[in-house]
Amino acid sequence: MDDTTILSTEGLHLHYGTAHALKDINIEIPEKQVTALIGPSGCGKSTFLKTLDRMNDLVPGVRIEGKVMYRGQDIYAPSVDVTWLRRQIGMVFQKPNPFPMSIYDNIAYGPRTHGTRSKVKLDEIVEQSLRQAAIWDEVKDRLKKSALGLSGGQQQRICIARALAVQPEVLLMDEATSALDPISTGKIEELIADLKKEYTIIIVTHNMQQAARISDKTAFFLLGELIEYGDTSLLFSRPTDKRTEDYITGRFG
Amino acid sequence: MKMQSLSGRRKVYNRTLRVLLYFCAFLTCALLLFIIGYIFIKGLPHVTWQLLSTKPSYIKDTIGILPNILNTVYLVLITLVITLPLGVGAAVYLTEYASNRRLVAAIEFATETLTGIPSIIFGLVGMLFFCNFMSLGKSLLAGCLTLVIMTLPTIIRTTQESLKTVPQSYREGALGLGAGKWHMIRTIVLPSSVDGIVTGCILAIGRIVGESAALLFTAGMGMSLNNFFSMDGFLHSSGASLTVALYVYAKERAEFDVAFAIAAILMILTLVINLSAKLVGRKLKKK
Amino acid sequence: MHILFLICGLISIGFVLFISIYLIISGIPAIREIGLVDFLFGQTWASTASEPQFGILPFILTSIYGTGGAILIGVPVGFMTAVFLAKIAPPKVAAVVRPAVDLLAGIPSVVYGLIGMMVLVPAIRELFNLPDGASLFAAIIVLAVMILPSIVSVSETALKAVPKEYEEASLALGATEVETYFRVSVPAAKSGIAASIVLGIGRAIGEAMAVIMVAGNVANMPSLFSSVRFLTTAVASEMSYAAVGSLQQQALFSIALVLFLFIMLINVILNMLLKWKREK
Repeated sequence: MDDTTILSTEGLHLHYGTAHALKDINIEIPEKQVTALIGPSGCGKSTFLKTLDRMNDLVPGVRIEGKVMYRGQDIYAPSVDVTWLRRQIGMVFQKPNPFPMSIYDNIAYGPRTHGTRSKVKLDEIVEQSLRQAAIWDEVKDRLKKSALGLSGGQQQRICIARALAVQPEVLLMDEATSALDPISTGKIEELIADLKKEYTIIIVTHNMQQAARISDKTAFFLLGELIEYGDTSLLFSRPTDKRTEDYITGRFG
Repeated sequence: MKMQSLSGRRKVYNRTLRVLLYFCAFLTCALLLFIIGYIFIKGLPHVTWQLLSTKPSYIKDTIGILPNILNTVYLVLITLVITLPLGVGAAVYLTEYASNRRLVAAIEFATETLTGIPSIIFGLVGMLFFCNFMSLGKSLLAGCLTLVIMTLPTIIRTTQESLKTVPQSYREGALGLGAGKWHMIRTIVLPSSVDGIVTGCILAIGRIVGESAALLFTAGMGMSLNNFFSMDGFLHSSGASLTVALYVYAKERAEFDVAFAIAAILMILTLVINLSAKLVGRKLKKK
Repeated sequence: MHILFLICGLISIGFVLFISIYLIISGIPAIREIGLVDFLFGQTWASTASEPQFGILPFILTSIYGTGGAILIGVPVGFMTAVFLAKIAPPKVAAVVRPAVDLLAGIPSVVYGLIGMMVLVPAIRELFNLPDGASLFAAIIVLAVMILPSIVSVSETALKAVPKEYEEASLALGATEVETYFRVSVPAAKSGIAASIVLGIGRAIGEAMAVIMVAGNVANMPSLFSSVRFLTTAVASEMSYAAVGSLQQQALFSIALVLFLFIMLINVILNMLLKWKREK
């Protein structure tokens, strides 16, 4: 496996009002692998994920220090266009959030926003994205129907397809399966294993089995600190830090 | 890897819309400021004690709006006395008793329709029915009856909304103790929705104070002082409310200073009504 | 007690039935006598001439143009203001503007009429060099201002109800904030925004007092700078002196009936919109 770093942080601190939510995070995330962020709730893993595509900009009172580098470019530099960044780094949320529009319009939303007008091209992107998200067969006959009529698992795959349609390099998934039933979760996990051939995937999960099953690297967060980061197999079999061991053996969290 | 920023087309789209948003918001705010400022600047200097406390006198050639203030108060009081029991009763029926869904839908449709009918139509029907057919003449009573029809939907809707927020468990609790239905409503349901009823009253007062078209043709343009305590007297005499007086002074007598003074008073009343509605509403929400 | 409450509930149905039937019964004789086509499409209204004519096309068209004009001006401004208030305005600004919009919504229509009469009408006279500024144009502006608050507050409520998740998803796809508001938030709130427009139409078409003070009140066929009568003001301006039982008075009822039908149509549309919103 070739370990080119695509995203990295140096001395990243995040303050939210008076709370110090992220403390000196240094991490290097490899390209085209699945990286899982685990830790008890409130440990900062979701917050960290959101700093990677600057979704925290929307939250009032957030201050960020340190560097987040995407392919050698500091994404918090003033010259960075945040819409460009978010096109490179897509995001899938905890709760499926398709727009109240047709399935087709949901997928076409991103490309249209970024200037694709041609119907032929849009059709092509929609089909390809839905195929990549392994939901094409289920929805190909009802593309003009509202996306809100689908089941939760289907909606989440629509959201993944929607994120893929703008051709990102990285896909961030914030507990993307926690609101779903086990069967849907299984489908999305298969999908993730498939997608990592082409995309770098970073998932936040509170489900350790899931992290162990699908990720190549795992990072353990606790109280805003990155405690341990390494190959998933190593981290789960021979954790170097006592706190990691306590967490993965279920002693807290 | 090259970092590109927004395409020219997107830049234009974003910038145009952003400018439009700010421009329209600015326009609305400027308009608000202008209307409020203009009325106060033109009107407040003419709001004198003499204006507020006297009636118009041809001999002294002075104008006073005391009769109009009193007429407005009379209209509010009498209308509420009639509309409140009716409206609250209808709301209680709809939320506590009604089992026939069709009937409920019909009543709700009727109240919605009443809300949408323009006041000039109320004026026309009120004038022909109350003033002519029932031979009340142009009178405060005819005005009140017309206003009852106009304010009924407001009272019903706000009361209904607050009745719906009373938890079902209260009702069950009272009924479980062996209380009769009417007893339960009187002692449990109505007291816990009193805020909603008050909000309804405030909104109804707002509508009454602001109404002009319907009153012009039912309560008339009388400018003399009516005595509230002579029961046969005032209800049957014509009396202009503040809004009607504003119209008469501005349009027919060209007394613009008085018109602006009344406008300023109406503006302050509106402000007070809005504020009290909001205060009561907030209290309602807290519960 | 049950019966008593039932009666209270039935009273509001009674009122609506009463008003509808009253208007229909009293509105039909004049239409019969004048003839439906002559009444609706006659271009001349001369109710007090020695040979009276009762054509209300001028009033119908004025009401439609006046309302249309007010919507054309009031809706874009109100809608944009609503987007601004719901999405962009700093909380402190919104906290000042919102009560002011509510105040504007509560001001009695005669006050709008007064300002229109004292400020707008002279300004139009000067600006366009007219003998009299009281015109359809003045009425359109006044109506646009009067519907503005309800457009703003109803649209804003609808926009604020749009789930944050939709907007987050759009931003995460690399859309700008403005693109997100107009391509996601606005479509998601479309039924509420449509309801605000219908509400505005209802208010504009039914307004009488403010219009009577600024529109000049002559029964002309409408043009932007001529003095005109709306359906509402046609009723209002002759009601107080039309002799009881005369054809003139009956014709006024027929006008009110036409106005009533317009309003009922608008109500039906509004109800459908609200139902559509609930079903979604």
